[in-house]
Amino acid sequence: MATDPPHPAPDGARPSAGGSAHPGEPGRPGERVAPAGVVLDDPAIQRALMRISHELLERTEDMRALYLVGIPNGGVPLARRIARNLQSIADLEVPVGVLDTTLYRDDLVSSGARPRLRRTEMPSAVDEHVVVLVDDVASTGRTIRAAMDALMDFGRPRAVQVVALVDRGHRELPIKIDYVGKNIATARGDLVKLRVSGETDAETLEMVLLRGEEGASA
Amino acid sequence: MMGRGLLGIEDLGREDIELILDTADHMKEIGERDVKKVPTLRGRTIINLFFEPSTRTRTSFEIAGKRLSADVVNFSPSDSSLSKSESILDTAKTLDAMDPDAVVVRHRVAGVPKRIADVLDAPVINAGDGAHEHPTQALLDLMTVVENKGRIDGLTVTIVGDIAHSRVARSNVYAFTKMGAEVRVAGPPTMMPVEVECLGVKAFTSLREALDGADVVMALRIQRERLAGSMLPSVREYSASFGIDRAKLRFAKDDAIVMHPGPVNRGVELSHDLTDHRPSVILDQVRNGVAMRMAVLYLLAGRKRSRTEEAS
Amino acid sequence: MARVLIRGGRVIDPAVDRDEMADVLIEDGHVVAVDAALDARDAEVVDASGCWVTPGFIDLHAHLREPGQEYKEDIASGGSAGAAGGFTSICCMANTDPVNDDPAVTEYILDRARHDSPVKILPIAAATKGLEGRVMTEMAALVEAGAVAFSDDGRTIMDSDMQRRVLEYSKMVGRPVSVHAEDLTLVRDGVVNEGPVSTRLGLPGNPSAAETINVSRDIHLAEITGGHLHIGHVSTAGAVALIREARVRGIHVTGEVTPHHLALTDAETMGYDTNTKMAPPLRSAADVAACIGGLADGTLDAIATDHAPHAVHEKEVEFTEAPPGVLGLETALPVVLGLVRDRHLSEAQLIASLTCNAARVFHLETGRLTRGAPGDVAVIDPERRWTYDPTKGYSKSRNSPWAGQEMIGRVVTTLVDGQVVYHVDRGVLRP
Repeated sequence: MATDPPHPAPDGARPSAGGSAHPGEPGRPGERVAPAGVVLDDPAIQRALMRISHELLERTEDMRALYLVGIPNGGVPLARRIARNLQSIADLEVPVGVLDTTLYRDDLVSSGARPRLRRTEMPSAVDEHVVVLVDDVASTGRTIRAAMDALMDFGRPRAVQVVALVDRGHRELPIKIDYVGKNIATARGDLVKLRVSGETDAETLEMVLLRGEEGASA
Repeated sequence: MMGRGLLGIEDLGREDIELILDTADHMKEIGERDVKKVPTLRGRTIINLFFEPSTRTRTSFEIAGKRLSADVVNFSPSDSSLSKSESILDTAKTLDAMDPDAVVVRHRVAGVPKRIADVLDAPVINAGDGAHEHPTQALLDLMTVVENKGRIDGLTVTIVGDIAHSRVARSNVYAFTKMGAEVRVAGPPTMMPVEVECLGVKAFTSLREALDGADVVMALRIQRERLAGSMLPSVREYSASFGIDRAKLRFAKDDAIVMHPGPVNRGVELSHDLTDHRPSVILDQVRNGVAMRMAVLYLLAGRKRSRTEEAS
Repeated sequence: MARVLIRGGRVIDPAVDRDEMADVLIEDGHVVAVDAALDARDAEVVDASGCWVTPGFIDLHAHLREPGQEYKEDIASGGSAGAAGGFTSICCMANTDPVNDDPAVTEYILDRARHDSPVKILPIAAATKGLEGRVMTEMAALVEAGAVAFSDDGRTIMDSDMQRRVLEYSKMVGRPVSVHAEDLTLVRDGVVNEGPVSTRLGLPGNPSAAETINVSRDIHLAEITGGHLHIGHVSTAGAVALIREARVRGIHVTGEVTPHHLALTDAETMGYDTNTKMAPPLRSAADVAACIGGLADGTLDAIATDHAPHAVHEKEVEFTEAPPGVLGLETALPVVLGLVRDRHLSEAQLIASLTCNAARVFHLETGRLTRGAPGDVAVIDPERRWTYDPTKGYSKSRNSPWAGQEMIGRVVTTLVDGQVVYHVDRGVLRP
């Protein structure tokens, strides 16, 4: 969902140097990268989210403590879909929050950029909840780190878990993603983004991979 | 826009103002949390260089900086170059050598923040210079109106008071006209700047006409020194002619809001009960002041500085 | 018999309507001949090819700050600045410390000038003691000591009766009274021209009315007293109109205008640079046009610099606190040459306003290149381009709105009483 003016995002676009990949994650040197284009179409995304929703229910002891928090922009429609899934599967009313991480980024000063801020709405306290952070694309891990710092300023969750629809590797921090939709091997210069179209809560979603220079200008 | 700092609304375009308002909106939410702090400007130093005393504005900037985790230092040299051993520019250059990330300047005389900005590396934010500009006040006023009215375009805004000596008036005139409002100024003729229409406003000496159909009524503070002098015969006459109370407010629209930059001279510019109750939004203005100053500091302070980059 | 021949230039001497290629021969400090192809035998030759040769300029209004404020300027540095600007006579104002309201101070100034100044210094004495506007100075004694005019410049005599007496008494000594015409009660704390600019800047305004009201008052007083009123640094259209009309009625009033009031408007103050703060302030475009018109039709007689040096630390303060005034001696010529380039004035009109007209106003012997006149000459290259850097100028101060700007036109040689006192390549030369 490209509503912001282009700005360097820590995860999606340009993972920088380093990145010895963890086992089980894409991005190992020498690995063949995925081709450009649509990596997940809407039906595929639906299936992935449904699977993740089931996994969440399976692995969480106290389901009623769940609290979904979407990281703008892409994580937000995904979090809301998961909430709807949980509602239909287990008749659960899970609160959905939106947590902008821009002010917690570790690269604001070095890049000099001043990206536009996005909404933060946390409908209830996070204390004692199992907070599930939801992001569209995970890469370096810096966005998740920033999200956790932001979350801690809101209170003391009982536990924090992470959902990423796509994990494209190139991790720079020791962050693990608990629930992944799909692992995709990418080159560092690539851009993987979630395209959202249509009305809220009735969107059409599409995950695309843009190669190198195309990614930079997208 | 904001490469060098924020010296006045006159230098800003509509897009700049929209960016700042949008940013301030997000900053406001932080003030509603339990932990009213984000790490964004951690390790950054902001100096409040207030040559003219002001607890309200200075505190507002201080809280704003601290909520962004910046280190805020207050520096209040005595009032004029004549009474100090160090000239204003020397003071500024000394501070600049300490590498601040932003310097907030307030001075009794117009033009001082600009002169300081000319010699400083750090961005300079004008917190009020003489009768010239007070940009963060106008921005928080815009924000307050948007919150209450949903928009600025097409609104009628009436500013009442000592327009000639008011930096709040000038900044608001620029701000509201740039954002598409019709701005009127009203006050005694002795307190109206010469050729004020050149700023794009209509001037009135009748409060009733000025308030007719207004959506926003902004009352300005009258300084005591100007009362009972050559500009104004008495407090009584001012408040009878230009003080806003519920009766006079009836000339404005039914849902008009009342604003004041504070502190209010109760009974002079605003009646007692209008100061404390709706439709006055004075406390909203104060709250928005912190958010607005956070936005300005976020956008200006802590940017990559070429000098330090080369050194490292 | 020291002979100097200024050869090959275009001699512009409006006093005798001369504008032609000619040589000027000076002997023993006086002009002896102005003609084509003069004999150069035994003469020091000054090459003026490609240049104008004019009488040395006369400044009716400058502040040389000595005695008392020598840190800003003194007679030596001010005189040198004048020489570099083509001025061979400088009338210096009385607002020194002590004020030049006593023959002893006048004599002191003349004495310092004899020793230190490469050009002629003509003291203007105060009109009232201490410039306080209460007691008249001893005009006869001051003229005897060498004063050429009277002025309380720096201040205005606000008491109309006092101003009347000053004008009346001055008739006895036949000297002009030069006034700083501003109604101070209207000026109040105004620092820029009152108008859209002061409204935008948020600085207190100084209305044109302050000048026109005071000029009007003084013209009426000149009318009833018959004294010679000279209006200093005219800046408003209103004042120009008043002077024009007074002249038609035969009142003895003359006027001067500064280069900055002919070239700059109040828009220059928009950046709060204190080097654009003067008294009277820079005015609107309409006022500037009226002043140019006044010069062109003779309403304003002379261009006078109001050279007002102030130290850097004095100017580098808040706009409202800075003392008003800017340098003028070294930049006057290129700035006013712009009026000729823009076809507002002819060359002759311009030179007249710097020479014979000024001389006429103050009854001075110089300002012309006729036989027997003092050998005070300026050689001007009207096309020469240079950048004005006040840190490299002769004035001790730097407060100029033209700092760092490219100028077109420069004085290349200045002679006083037949001696070369300045050459652009060699600087100021002491005889």
